[in-house]
Amino acid sequence: MSATDGTPRSTRTAAEEATGRHGLHLPHHEHHEHVPVRTKGARVARWFDARVGGARIGRGALKKIFPNHWSFLLGEVALYSFLVLIITGIYLTFFYDANTDITTYQGSYVPLQGQEMSNAFASGLAISFDVRAGLFVRQVHHWSALVFLGAIALHLARVFFTGAFRRPREVNWVIGCSLMLMALGNGFAGYSLLDDQLSGTGLRIAYSVLISIPFIGPWLASLVFGGNFPGEDIIGRLFVIHILVLPVIIGILITVHLTILIKHKHTHFPGKGARDDNVVGERLWPTYTFKAAGLFFIVAAILGLLGGLAQINPVWIYGPFKPENVSSASQPDWYMGWLEGSLRLMPNWETRIGWFTIPNQFYSGVLVAGVAFGIMYAWPWIEARVTKDREEHHVLDRPRDRPWRTAIGAAALTWFTVLGFAGSDDVLAVAFGLSVNALVWTFRIGLFVVPLIVGVITYKLCQELRDRDGPFVDPLLLEGSSGPNGNGSATNGSDGSEGSSGGDDAPDLDLDPDPEHATRR
Amino acid sequence: MADEPESTDPSAEGLVPTGTTGHHHDEHEEPGDGGSPRLRQTGGETLPVVAFLLAMVGAVAFVINYIAGNNTQIFGVAVFFMVGGIGVGLVAWAKRYMTPAEPDVEPRGRIASTEEEIAEFKADFDVGEYELERRSLLTKLLVGAATAMGLAALIPLKSLGPSPNESFKVTPWTNGKRLVDEQGNPVRATSVNTNGVITVFPEGDIGDEFSQTLLIGLQPGRLVPVEGREDWTPENLAAFSKVCTHVGCPVGLFEANTGQLLCPCHQSTFDVYAACEPTFGPAATPLPQLPLGIDEEGFVVALGDFSSPPGPGFWNQRQP
Repeated sequence: MSATDGTPRSTRTAAEEATGRHGLHLPHHEHHEHVPVRTKGARVARWFDARVGGARIGRGALKKIFPNHWSFLLGEVALYSFLVLIITGIYLTFFYDANTDITTYQGSYVPLQGQEMSNAFASGLAISFDVRAGLFVRQVHHWSALVFLGAIALHLARVFFTGAFRRPREVNWVIGCSLMLMALGNGFAGYSLLDDQLSGTGLRIAYSVLISIPFIGPWLASLVFGGNFPGEDIIGRLFVIHILVLPVIIGILITVHLTILIKHKHTHFPGKGARDDNVVGERLWPTYTFKAAGLFFIVAAILGLLGGLAQINPVWIYGPFKPENVSSASQPDWYMGWLEGSLRLMPNWETRIGWFTIPNQFYSGVLVAGVAFGIMYAWPWIEARVTKDREEHHVLDRPRDRPWRTAIGAAALTWFTVLGFAGSDDVLAVAFGLSVNALVWTFRIGLFVVPLIVGVITYKLCQELRDRDGPFVDPLLLEGSSGPNGNGSATNGSDGSEGSSGGDDAPDLDLDPDPEHATRR
Repeated sequence: MADEPESTDPSAEGLVPTGTTGHHHDEHEEPGDGGSPRLRQTGGETLPVVAFLLAMVGAVAFVINYIAGNNTQIFGVAVFFMVGGIGVGLVAWAKRYMTPAEPDVEPRGRIASTEEEIAEFKADFDVGEYELERRSLLTKLLVGAATAMGLAALIPLKSLGPSPNESFKVTPWTNGKRLVDEQGNPVRATSVNTNGVITVFPEGDIGDEFSQTLLIGLQPGRLVPVEGREDWTPENLAAFSKVCTHVGCPVGLFEANTGQLLCPCHQSTFDVYAACEPTFGPAATPLPQLPLGIDEEGFVVALGDFSSPPGPGFWNQRQP
């Protein structure tokens, strides 16, 4: 391994000979007494090491510690879904045609034969019916997008509820929020490419929300769409945005996100001797590498199964986009549902001062989204301002130990969920035989009441749990006991970090551990 | 990896090599070597072996299906085994043979730079900063030139679309223009039944999003005309923009009994017999009305453009 190690090769033992042949390398020894076996792989590695170096850095990387918890996999699932999106997406670009000129369909899907449609829609049909494995890849791609957004949302929730956004991770929080925004945009751009009736309706709505921005709206809408809706330019532009602009931005942001993660080292939950100044977990090589690679394949396998068995976005049923047509039960993909709900629930208000208008959809489309994302982006600073806690944290909070934050997060998630259901109110009305108007009013009221109730219940539950069990105390960090590495004194332990997070003049956020509880364990 | 439980506590469970496949690789790890973690064996090879074998079976099935079947469902199941087998095999391998005997620990290290490092950085940086301050004319000119360049480089964005213009407010509907249906046939006054509704366009602009219009056969005597629109509904025909004033979906549903037009997207509802004023949902403005007449040949024509610009609102939509 070490190129500077001058020990002659001939001293290697038979045991090492065996190890070298059997694939997986054993954990590395602290002091190399022998150079490794000269297998072909080792020779290649040496060739590169002599030219670019790396064994020394590589060794440090192999020993990097990754804390272990199921919830830490959510971000990984998002990353792996993105990889599947790229792999399947590249295949799809070979067959997709971002051209809105009208053609007469001649493909093998009989019900639409002879119909006029855009080349974009026709190429979507061709991928679905005439390209071998095309429908499968298209469906895997779409499912991957849904899972990508879902994993991002869950990952964000995990980071929020465990306080992983606190110093020093505010920058990564902001990058993560931006990643979610880019992923939302790219998902929307992606399903709009097919130029079907459903996605055309979505584009119409997007255009109308864009145009509503005071003063610059008409300009923006005209520049994005190349004039009035629908125009002839938007599909081609969305294609470039979908396969080049946003993926590149997402790729760069992911790289920065992970680089900062490596710099910070991952957070860990209290227990097993975890402190703010150490990392407790498993080594990158081999344990974590095998698990992470395995997770990638498992995620890809599930996406493959979904793409094969669960039909998604059957555009041949929706038909090509015609601006005078619309189908009822028009539903966006799930991650746009909250915006759709916001558009639906908004009462018919608009602001008029003489001829100057701030239209209804500006409030429900632009302002609601802007405020929601604004609060999300600013959360690390909002919380630090309230708690006056500006210390570095690497040991995660248990959600119950931060009742206020957990309650606010639960209320926020509920708010998005209510909006999401409101975005399907027509479907719900049909399914349950209810009046749409009654449902709309129920959702309008529920949008304010339900998050409040959920927040209060969450707060009470957290308090209950915490008062019953007391704050978590890691036995390894109790005074006198010896933690891993033999320096597990409590001075730097979770007691200290939790205590410092409260601050003397902090409002009553129940942050300080009760010493009585601490001793009970 | 290895089966030999040399480095672990032999009394722990699952340490006896199962020997399912008969392969035994030797693990040699010297206890007490501070740089290496001890790995623990917690199970046998059966699961990863089966998983990897299934992965190969899946790959074969994938290829066969590509050549012979092209069945989407089979692709899904084949990929599930082909890819998932590798995944399960890797994870099972890691969980069975690579679990550290006890968690590994490393120091986290410091993120922020030390005061000395910052001071050294500042000293090096100041060399350049001093030059910038000393040549203040050059610095200002550089900033000015860069700003000018940036602004100039933005100008070509203008090519992306026309300036917002009259086409945001004015439709092709003009006095005397015939209403044609989606196939381009001119509409006669007699071809719309009471309570009937058809989608029409200005002659020559079939499929135009902005000027799409609903032509409705009104129930005689039910309409209370708005002041100034008394002559807009000949033969009990009324026409309204089909573009919802909320966010522009086609207002596609007509409930004839109540005279309500419903937008299926966001449930905005408009009362046909009350000048299409919104009665429910988010839309805040009525659907613009198209003044109608009948030409000498009996075809329905427009008498001019809509009563107001159609479509969703924007800040200066109502500017005269």
